[in-house]
Amino acid sequence: MSWGRAFVALARRDLTIAFRRRSEMANPLLFFVMVVTLFPLGVGPEPKLLANMAPGVVWVAALLAALLSLDGIFRPDFEDGTLEQLVLSAHPVPLLVLAKVCAHWLITGLPLLLVAPLLALFLGLPEGAMGALMASLLLGTPVLSLVGAIGVALTVGLRKGGMILSLLVLPLYVPVLIFGASAVDAASMSLPIAAQMYILGAFLALAASLTPVATAAALKISLS
Amino acid sequence: MNLAGEGLECTRDDRVLFTGLDFSVDSGGALLVEGRNGTGKTTLLRMICGIRRPDAGELRYDGECIFSLGSDYHTHMAYVGHMDGIKRELTAEENLRVADALGRPGRMSIAAALERVRLAGFEDVQANKFSAGQRRRLALARLLVSKAELWVLDEPFTSLDRHGVKLVEELMAEHIAEGGMLAVTSHHDVDLGAADVLRLDLSA
Repeated sequence: MSWGRAFVALARRDLTIAFRRRSEMANPLLFFVMVVTLFPLGVGPEPKLLANMAPGVVWVAALLAALLSLDGIFRPDFEDGTLEQLVLSAHPVPLLVLAKVCAHWLITGLPLLLVAPLLALFLGLPEGAMGALMASLLLGTPVLSLVGAIGVALTVGLRKGGMILSLLVLPLYVPVLIFGASAVDAASMSLPIAAQMYILGAFLALAASLTPVATAAALKISLS
Repeated sequence: MNLAGEGLECTRDDRVLFTGLDFSVDSGGALLVEGRNGTGKTTLLRMICGIRRPDAGELRYDGECIFSLGSDYHTHMAYVGHMDGIKRELTAEENLRVADALGRPGRMSIAAALERVRLAGFEDVQANKFSAGQRRRLALARLLVSKAELWVLDEPFTSLDRHGVKLVEELMAEHIAEGGMLAVTSHHDVDLGAADVLRLDLSA
């Protein structure tokens, strides 16, 4: 199937490029670690307070790190003309957008997911809540990439789109943050978290099926 | 196959670049867009690609509006614009492999295409080590790996040396001889041999 071939070729292309520019890959991750580290310095090393704040702090930091890395989905391609080639390809643009977002999540979202438990431990999050943290990030961070892609696609034609991008995208991140942090919070008090997980799962299903279409439309506007 | 524009108009910031533009190109024909800087040559080509919509008028491929055909139109079209559309972190071969997967495969193998644009031996070299002219030739090799009837080329001779210019003219002439179509802008004179060339002067 040639659609599948295009999807795989494009995702592999982005992963290869990321691998050849490894140093840039580490930046969002370092940002994530540093933001979380700032909290004990700012609010004081009170263990109980930090443990209470941990779910929110880790989630907010992950969200900001994801935001910081968003521009990389389309801007480099816009600058060297490969984005035009994607839009003019023989395949449906939403499919190619999905391939790029998947690759982007593997490059930026997955590392955040892997480091998060360490940082949570550092803040004193109860061990029982680790599973919930991982699961909520696993469902939530792809939504951040998918929704963020719409914002990047809209602002990629602007020379300084960074601030506008944040203003566009952050309000859309609020629902994910609320349910993500609330799941971890509930788990740290040994409460059931099924409801939050279902909602996050629904967000993911909705984002995966609808945002590529919106992103493709936004890209066409930005390029014309 | 036929590509036709009817009453095309382009305005930019209330300034009319061109209006009432008509043309029609058939298989084996070429559209050569000429004109001074800023007369809308690139804009016209971007309309033909389907990136930009005309402010008035219609573009048809085999009688159907290209904007309603969408990616069905793009299977028949290949575009090389001002920017090369080459990923500098990837090798020549990797770049062409992506181009092959994104287009309609089957015209020429990647090795043969590299050979044809005289980049044989550079398969495993990353494009950031290429000169501007070599990158340009790699971009043109993209036209060879995917099967497209219509080539849209915006200033294809930019940064090419004399041999490069000759090579591109040969490629274009071959494409037309095989029954393809061509839409080109260029500041240079383009020698397309015996092809059926329609000249469109936008500065007139």
